[in-house]
Amino acid sequence: MFILEWLNNQLLKMEWLSNLVKYLVENIFGLNVQDRIGGSVHFFIYDVIKIFILLSVLIFIISYIQSYFPPERTKKILGRFSGISANILGALLGTVTPFCSCSSIPLFIGFTSAGLPIGVTFSFLISSPLVDLASVLLLASIFNWKIAIAYVVVGLVLAVIGGTLISKLKLEKYVEPFVYGNKVLDMEQEELTKKERIDFAKDQVLDIIKKVWLYILIGVGIGAAIHNWIPESIIAAILGQDKWYSVLIATFVGVPMYADIFGTLPIAEALVLKGVGLGTALSFMMGVTALSLPSMILLKKVVKTKLLVIFAGIVTAGIIIIGYTFNAFGYIFM
Amino acid sequence: MIIKVLGSGCKNCVALKENTEVALKETGIEAEVVKVEEIKDIIAYGVLQTPALVIDEKVVSFGKVLKPKDIVKILEKVK
Repeated sequence: MFILEWLNNQLLKMEWLSNLVKYLVENIFGLNVQDRIGGSVHFFIYDVIKIFILLSVLIFIISYIQSYFPPERTKKILGRFSGISANILGALLGTVTPFCSCSSIPLFIGFTSAGLPIGVTFSFLISSPLVDLASVLLLASIFNWKIAIAYVVVGLVLAVIGGTLISKLKLEKYVEPFVYGNKVLDMEQEELTKKERIDFAKDQVLDIIKKVWLYILIGVGIGAAIHNWIPESIIAAILGQDKWYSVLIATFVGVPMYADIFGTLPIAEALVLKGVGLGTALSFMMGVTALSLPSMILLKKVVKTKLLVIFAGIVTAGIIIIGYTFNAFGYIFM
Repeated sequence: MIIKVLGSGCKNCVALKENTEVALKETGIEAEVVKVEEIKDIIAYGVLQTPALVIDEKVVSFGKVLKPKDIVKILEKVK
């Protein structure tokens, strides 16, 4: 147990790095980390380096796993199931199927034309950005394993319930007609060699880092500002544990924003350090990652506004419920 | 030969088109490279992931930004 805890603290939480940066800030910059400026500089340097190291290692490992689940295979697997088990599987596969948001439209059409119920496709689309394997390990690093696992579970439950509700409401008529009955290419990517999988994983690391580095810098910057510059009393007045509206504010601020989960985590971290409820911070994170204006605009091309609004409504309501639940039972996880 | 690059204008699709042109130059094969950006036209090929490469109406690759040397291999196979 002791060894596990040591590994967890050094590899995942990177205490060695925190100490190293502390040494750097105090002895080279001549700042005290207990001070405001020193504290911000420490938070910024330590978080940026930590996130980039974790991200590179994690994306490499995860992309290697993902190379076994191309969307074409996911579609075939899903086609063999029906009812709620299809939704559960859709949510699970959403976490391991690599796909870039620019492919979400062909993917939606392909799944639907292959005869998958739209509810299953929505389960997939909800879980895919929300529960990412890399984000789970980052959550474990920043908070702890209990929170990371709880996050995965509620994210998957939200995807399953959201998709199931969309199935039950019989909303197929709100999908643009051209989405149905397209020919579906029955061709799977050729089986990859080990070297190709490694190349794929390497490309993914570079691609993702290129895509998210700015979000991470901005996210950590905001996190550092919250951490040391915004008075606790202001944050407590808006987002404090005792304020019933804190989850609502966090969700509605988060939903229209578009950022990667990796940029959002340092903000959530700083909020929790300032005494904001865990549920409130999670609602903000989920709002930012699960729903965003750009993805809505893309989806608008294949579904009618009514379905889009219902989809956004279900996901938003789910995020709010998750926020209040975590705030109520959050003490179990800390 | 007509080569189509399917993709709604994201960065990867532009990269694939450029790589295709490099590959064509290397092999000396004459072909017309067309970019297909309209969603309705893309889904007519039944692909789930973009960018995709279509040679003479046959899908040869999807979801990958092929490197020029990979495209050269494909070109030599279909030639």
